Amino acid sequence: MAEFEPKVVAFCCHYCAYSAADLAGSLRLEYPANVRIVKLMCTGRVDASHLLKAFEAGADAVLVAGCEEGDCHFREGNIKAKRRVGYARKLLREAGLEGERLEMFNLGASDAHKFAAAVNEMTERARKLGPNPLRISREHRAKSIEQRAKRTRAPGTRAPEKPNERS
Amino acid sequence: MIVAERKPFTEIKEMLSGYRKILILGCGTCVSVCMAGGEKEVEILASQIRMAFEKENREIEIKEATIQRQCDREFIETIRKMAGEYEAVLSLACGAGVQFVAELLAPLLILPGLNTRFIGVAEAEGVWSERCRACGDCVLSETAGICPVTICAKSLLNGPCGGTRDGKCEVDKDKDCAWTLIYRRLQEGGKLEKMRKIHPPKKHGVRIYPQRQVNEEFKKEVKSEK
Ligand code: SF4
Ligand code: SF4
Repeated sequence: MAEFEPKVVAFCCHYCAYSAADLAGSLRLEYPANVRIVKLMCTGRVDASHLLKAFEAGADAVLVAGCEEGDCHFREGNIKAKRRVGYARKLLREAGLEGERLEMFNLGASDAHKFAAAVNEMTERARKLGPNPLRISREHRAKSIEQRAKRTRAPGTRAPEKPNERS
Repeated sequence: MIVAERKPFTEIKEMLSGYRKILILGCGTCVSVCMAGGEKEVEILASQIRMAFEKENREIEIKEATIQRQCDREFIETIRKMAGEYEAVLSLACGAGVQFVAELLAPLLILPGLNTRFIGVAEAEGVWSERCRACGDCVLSETAGICPVTICAKSLLNGPCGGTRDGKCEVDKDKDCAWTLIYRRLQEGGKLEKMRKIHPPKKHGVRIYPQRQVNEEFKKEVKSEK
């Protein structure tokens, strides 16, 4: 498979992981620019449906980053998140995606290096696994629709709507 | 509440083959509480199905909706029109809900997304257990609030049997003997004399399937707007 730049979504808690990400930026640590951070008050807010939707939207890897165990600002939000990440992995596998694309990390507010390492690790994993299979089939379908449209479209008409529009 | 669990994903996927436009219908009462068929489970299942189908380059359009109860006419009526726009409804209610939706929305096809298991309680977070078999002739007043019909492996009304050992059941050594539990609780409550009572055979005649209950005072003919 050709090299590609994986898209990583990171669900970060406000108190630790997000601060660590912020610090990583201030320290000018190097980590892939393709990470999209979703800030939450606590990783306890993360639900399996959020994680699945990130993959549905095309993420190649998703990480949930909360405080160290025992350090959660809301006592046990990160422990709950860890269990939900495990559950979401099972759901992902059922749907035909690799569970390894999803991982939970624990880090402190000053662990900028750990944050960068987590993002790097998930990017590496995605690179090994290849793009999210949904992206592959989407591209494939978009191509075939385009080809079909080219064959059938009357001159001057609009291109068809994108596939996979959610109802 | 009615406790149910979601059918294996592969079975659901198989059930949906041939459909391209479906409605996933959750139930906002029992199965929401046991985390099998509520709004959140609808959302998760829809997401899974979309991903699985997309990966296989199969097209499917999914609408997600949840009504308060699928065993009540008034809630089903609210989705009648909308449901008509879909080829099938994947219901995440208990078997009763699935059937009532099927009856009211016939000939629309209704598919069950759950396996209905029992009438039970939420014992702890994430743990549910059976408590009642709906026998129609409740004996809990005599058994310290522990149901021998459900908890005793042999549903004995006059237990324990000779197989009880160290408070466990001979049928399954991991399970508590219902009659030992009953004995202990009666003893704690100072009502041990209840153990002496011989219970007559159960009125099995009250179980005529399918059961029906009519409350004349409240009865009112309903017509559904087809
Ligand atoms: S349809 Fe079943 S699960 Fe839903 S409220 Fe009625 S009994 Fe409970
Ligand atoms: S005796 Fe047991 S099964 Fe019968 S109604 Fe009472 S609790 Fe339910």
